[in-house]
Amino acid sequence: MSVTHTVAPVEAGRSWFQKLVRARESSLVVLIILLVAVTAAIQPSFIFSDGGWRELLRQPTILILISIGEAIVIITRNIDLSVGSILCLSTYAAGTLFANVPGIPIILVVLVGMLLGAFLGLINGLLVAFLRVPSLVITLGTLYAYRGIAILWIGPHFIRSSWLPADFRALGTMPFLGIPVLLWVVLIVVLLVGWFMTSRRSGRDLYALGSNPEAATLFGLSERRLILGAFTASGALAGLAGLAYLAIFATGDAQVGTGYELQAVAAAVVGGVAIVGGSGSIWGVALGAFFLATISNALPVLGVPSLWQQALVGLFIVGAIMLDRILFISRIRRAKREGSAK
Amino acid sequence: MTDAALLKLSGVNKSFGAVKALVSADLTVEAGSIHALIGENGAGKSTLVKIIGGLYRRDAGEFLLEGESVDFHNTKEAKDAGISVIYQEPTLFPDLTVAENMFVGRQPYNRFGGLDRARMRRETVELTRRLGVPIDPEREARGLSIADQQVVEIAKSISLDAKIIIMDEPTAALSGVEVDRLMGIARQLRDEGRGLIFISHRFDEVFALCDVLTVMRDGTYIATSRTADVTEDDIIRQMVGRSVENLFPKEEAVIGGPVLEVKNLTSAGVFDDVSFIVRSGEIICLAGLVGAGRSEIARAVFGVDRYDSGSVAIGGTSVPAHNPMGAMRLGMGFVPEDRRKQGLAMAAGVQDNITLAIREDLAKLGFVTSSMEEPSARTWAARLQVKTHALDTEASMLSGGNQQKVVLGKWLATEPKILIVDEPTRGIDVGTKAEVHRLLSELARRGVAVLMISSELPEVLGMADRVLVVREGRITADLPRAEATPEKVMYAATHATGETA
Repeated sequence: MSVTHTVAPVEAGRSWFQKLVRARESSLVVLIILLVAVTAAIQPSFIFSDGGWRELLRQPTILILISIGEAIVIITRNIDLSVGSILCLSTYAAGTLFANVPGIPIILVVLVGMLLGAFLGLINGLLVAFLRVPSLVITLGTLYAYRGIAILWIGPHFIRSSWLPADFRALGTMPFLGIPVLLWVVLIVVLLVGWFMTSRRSGRDLYALGSNPEAATLFGLSERRLILGAFTASGALAGLAGLAYLAIFATGDAQVGTGYELQAVAAAVVGGVAIVGGSGSIWGVALGAFFLATISNALPVLGVPSLWQQALVGLFIVGAIMLDRILFISRIRRAKREGSAK
Repeated sequence: MTDAALLKLSGVNKSFGAVKALVSADLTVEAGSIHALIGENGAGKSTLVKIIGGLYRRDAGEFLLEGESVDFHNTKEAKDAGISVIYQEPTLFPDLTVAENMFVGRQPYNRFGGLDRARMRRETVELTRRLGVPIDPEREARGLSIADQQVVEIAKSISLDAKIIIMDEPTAALSGVEVDRLMGIARQLRDEGRGLIFISHRFDEVFALCDVLTVMRDGTYIATSRTADVTEDDIIRQMVGRSVENLFPKEEAVIGGPVLEVKNLTSAGVFDDVSFIVRSGEIICLAGLVGAGRSEIARAVFGVDRYDSGSVAIGGTSVPAHNPMGAMRLGMGFVPEDRRKQGLAMAAGVQDNITLAIREDLAKLGFVTSSMEEPSARTWAARLQVKTHALDTEASMLSGGNQQKVVLGKWLATEPKILIVDEPTRGIDVGTKAEVHRLLSELARRGVAVLMISSELPEVLGMADRVLVVREGRITADLPRAEATPEKVMYAATHATGETA
């Protein structure tokens, strides 16, 4: 054959150690450990009290669930701003179910909450996929629309903890193998979603779509199916987060979850998801959400005035984006160098 | 022939709205051969390829794959049928690894239900080795050179066991070594019994590589020949073979002194050592194929893009580089190729668009009112016969031809000395085309120097006082009106040595 290209050795993949050091997940773990250690050194009861460590682990679960759903949507180069409103509707639906159907199995209520969320997410997905309007606009609309429905429905009422069965309220505290059941649930969900996104074709298709939508269309990937799937998953996870909220706080009104959508976006970005889609891991996002929620818990303990807390969170978001950008540029440079070195 | 051809299309027809992209296209590709598809820009090659690849559906005609009639609804169906299209700009997913790009949508699973990454890696290494271009399967596709991206696409086609591989101008962005490598791979694929369709404007490559070639013109099949049986001249004749229609009412204009002088303009990798002069009353056409660098030259002259060296002067005064406002002040106007994106404020009205470039002159004390704008806007809209009932009609509501008139009106209102027009009649119906030509011709008669870019040969030959042919960033021919024939222009636009015949 006339191919006379000299066969250069294929460059070996970076070692697992290098990968580990470079990964966003590792820096987040370090940050979280630092944050907790410093806080505990100043105020030991932050972890070393009866409820302390449990509170530390339990509080972030709501944000973690919402954020991994948000991440799935952002990975497809979309955004879902309606998750806070979906959470609210799911919380109140679950609360009223418990109140009106005594003895209803907890698992059934959880399923109803998730299905309600999935349904609302599906509406988002349908609007985005078929109207071909940017999801930023569509979900900004449904953010208000869903919240409006919540206000009409709930009015001035709120969920009383007496509505909830004791077993349900115990989910956030009752230990199983030493760890509260709620945490187990969230851990399993994170692992499942993460596995799906890294190891199933549909998960990889979501990354492909966000990475290069035109190529995805040329390739024959069904953009509509993927968008519907992503928004439905995000809605279902927001619904599940609503139940986590109910289990932890045992209350809820028409304003529950306000502002969560932006926290979820922030957690996704801090966790390493590129806002333009195509990259980032679910594990990173879960850690990002844990980190942001823990900052909010730790800053008051550290005596940081509440005025400064939001500014600090903002600083982390901007820092994470700048870090992403710098890493991205250096990656491109390296790729070009390697490309031209051949 | 004992067996049916691998691929056979006949009488294929495709329209987009009123535009007929394909009138009657025929193509027959045999297994184990490389088939060149040749034609001018807009001859319908890309549309035909998109029909074969399942991106478009034909309106009428026959499409047989190994003797069976097929009708693909999407690219996946075409791919499953063994057709693989490699576009000029490869379509990889930059965030995924090379190995995963190879297997998107059909990744192998291991026994735990996860992706079998080891197998993907192994097969990728094997395939790219086989093509003689080993690529790290673990690296991201982002940052791969175009040549390497094509190799990945070709490896993907092989792993899909594609029977037909279509390459749409694959060599356009490659260096000489990379072209040789690609041609080697193409021959290898042919010898494995696959059918290849190769689109290229470079005749030397077509003759070096292809067994058979089909020429298309204006969406219609012209001829299929064995490469060995024809010469370049034959093909050029087939590509351009039509008379220049008398659509172009070129008025005789008095050609005066130099207005625009461009000297040794160079921008690394884009265009090289470009020099020309446009005189008052003269229409100069930059001809050549899409991607030859004509628009880039025009953009640099006007100051939209930067250039590395050389100079631009109007009437002896040097035009500042990379400064469109400076160029405008010296009397230059620029009608860009994409009027919807670059030429018009689509949401603004006709009046606002026409007066956009003269607003500073109209303003009193820094304010412009609608009543100050109205007289100029009305004058120009009337002179150009913009068909709209009101001057506040949004530009986006106008037809393509009327939009182009508004853009022209905007620049004519500045009373330019030199007007650059890039593809002024693209996407405009025949009647309005003639009006645009009449306007340009009238401008020249009034002493304006006109620099026109056009990919339509009849338009070039009909309008130009002088034709400059650009090929790969260089001016390869300078033909006065009397000497400019379709064959000469096409030869200079395609032929590697760049000598005029």
